[in-house]
Amino acid sequence: MTDAALDQPLPDDGFWRHALRNRSFVIGAVLTLLIATMALVSFFWTPYSVFELAVANRMKGLSAEHWFGTDHFGRDLLSMIMVGARASIAVAVVAVGIGIVLGVPLGCYAAARGGWIDEALMRVNDLVFAFPALLSAVMITAIFGPSATNAIIAIGIFNIPVFARVARAGALSLWPREFILAARAAGKSKGLITVEHILPNIISLLLVQGTIQFALGILAEAGLSYLGLGTQPPMPSWGRMLFDAQTRMMAAPHLALFPGFAIVLTVLGLNLLGDGLRDILDPRLRRVR
Amino acid sequence: MAVGLASGRPFLMIAYILKRLLIGAATLLLASAVVFAVMEVLPGDPAQVMLGMSATPEATANLREQMGLDQPLMWRYISWVGGLLVGDFGRSYTYSAPVSSLIAERLVVSLPLALMSLVLSTVIAIPVGIFSAARRGRLPDSIAMGTAQLGVAIPNFWFALLLIYVFAVGLQLVPSGGFPGWGGGIWNGLKSLILPSVALALPQAAILARVTRSALLDVLGEDYIRTARAKGLPRGRVLRRHALRNAMIPVLTILGLQFAFLLAGTIIIENVFYLPGLGRLVFQSITQRDLIVVEGVVMLLVASVIIVNVLVDLAYALVDPRLREAA
Repeated sequence: MTDAALDQPLPDDGFWRHALRNRSFVIGAVLTLLIATMALVSFFWTPYSVFELAVANRMKGLSAEHWFGTDHFGRDLLSMIMVGARASIAVAVVAVGIGIVLGVPLGCYAAARGGWIDEALMRVNDLVFAFPALLSAVMITAIFGPSATNAIIAIGIFNIPVFARVARAGALSLWPREFILAARAAGKSKGLITVEHILPNIISLLLVQGTIQFALGILAEAGLSYLGLGTQPPMPSWGRMLFDAQTRMMAAPHLALFPGFAIVLTVLGLNLLGDGLRDILDPRLRRVR
Repeated sequence: MAVGLASGRPFLMIAYILKRLLIGAATLLLASAVVFAVMEVLPGDPAQVMLGMSATPEATANLREQMGLDQPLMWRYISWVGGLLVGDFGRSYTYSAPVSSLIAERLVVSLPLALMSLVLSTVIAIPVGIFSAARRGRLPDSIAMGTAQLGVAIPNFWFALLLIYVFAVGLQLVPSGGFPGWGGGIWNGLKSLILPSVALALPQAAILARVTRSALLDVLGEDYIRTARAKGLPRGRVLRRHALRNAMIPVLTILGLQFAFLLAGTIIIENVFYLPGLGRLVFQSITQRDLIVVEGVVMLLVASVIIVNVLVDLAYALVDPRLREAA
């Protein structure tokens, strides 16, 4: 979020050279790709079906047939974690999408117009910040009932002011710059300048914020599903698996371990990726390190 | 605000405070309109929602009248806000008790829980952040920040499960859930809040430590720090006297924002530990479709987030002499 970050418009040829030397970026990218691949593979193949119950096989420990053991319905835990990745990723992707699609134009508009419109939009932004995602999710579920869709909406609403703020801050620092003044002198409208010059230059900021919000979305989805307000059974989700594990922790602690690892690795991967991206895209930081 | 008066510009200080308070009040009013609109306008007929589809028309009509739903919308909003101002949150349908007394009962659990976690995370995070910044780029810094990176990624309710498994089930040092109340001695009550507050504090501490470190590093790059070092002040003194105070602004901002996450976090954590707090109340009210309780608790939580952020804004003025002068 510094001016220096904006001097480097888009990832250029130097990007991968710097990226591969950045430890955070490499570890983060590997973890993220691993989880994403797992979710994709689960569409075509899982070791066992996650919808067929085999009660005779319930709460088995780790074995060659069931690497992560089985749950209280005898379902294979590894398969459930693979399918669970889908729900986490889907909810987080759509929630981040809502934030970007609505928040970025809002922030750019506020920055371009300035004055009372800017002030008013930012006050509304502050208002949304007073409703933490979990709280709005609670309100929305109270009315419309629990579902993955409502979880997405709740998390997405909270993402709007986040992206609006980042876009506005980035755009505000660009407007006084010479190449923007030149574009204005050439008679281009503010809207056109925003699309042609502002947006390409704040993409790196949005990318970094996007990975952070993605990670927060994964955590929020897990929390909501744990409470029973997110993804609904029989569709497996990491949060719900942890809820089911809680009462059976004495007999089968592995039930609580693996879904937790899955969440931590995903969030850790995304955060490292975001940190790495920021270092790579921000030349000022690159010099310091 | 004795400091402001001493600076000789009391009116600017008062103007700054008044502006912040006014913005805070306006935000509160807007928030109340949002909560009211979402809870009462969107679902169609709240009485129907609360009683479910199987309710008889007579029962629904009765409840509508009891809730004052036959009144015009604007009037309902005004009387709701008016009630809130004097502490009247309405009557719970399922508990058949005033919502305010339900809230008061639950606050004695939630408030100590939130305060304990806030204190715990601050006490851990700020020293770690300072320690890391002072040893930037060296092994202790890497270890501390690696741990913080992990801490940010751990969901608090999963951490809570691990804590229960180790300290409640395994070592049997503390109860695994429930709350005995404050009647049986302070220690008994505190004991059942230890694990929940640790679980809530961990991710907050991780974030706060990272912010403290980067805020300090930003300040340490400033010219006046180099000047202070150049005139021969020892590192530790520069860190304490010059850097730390300036780094407090972003730290305060995050602390204010974290309060919101902390309150929301209690909803999950109280459910993990079966604590009879506000979070559990709001959760149970959802399952029982007691919209009046949900509305009241949500409004209370949102209001406290707004108020804390106004207080943080006011605290800036105390920490930052420039704001104090220029405001």
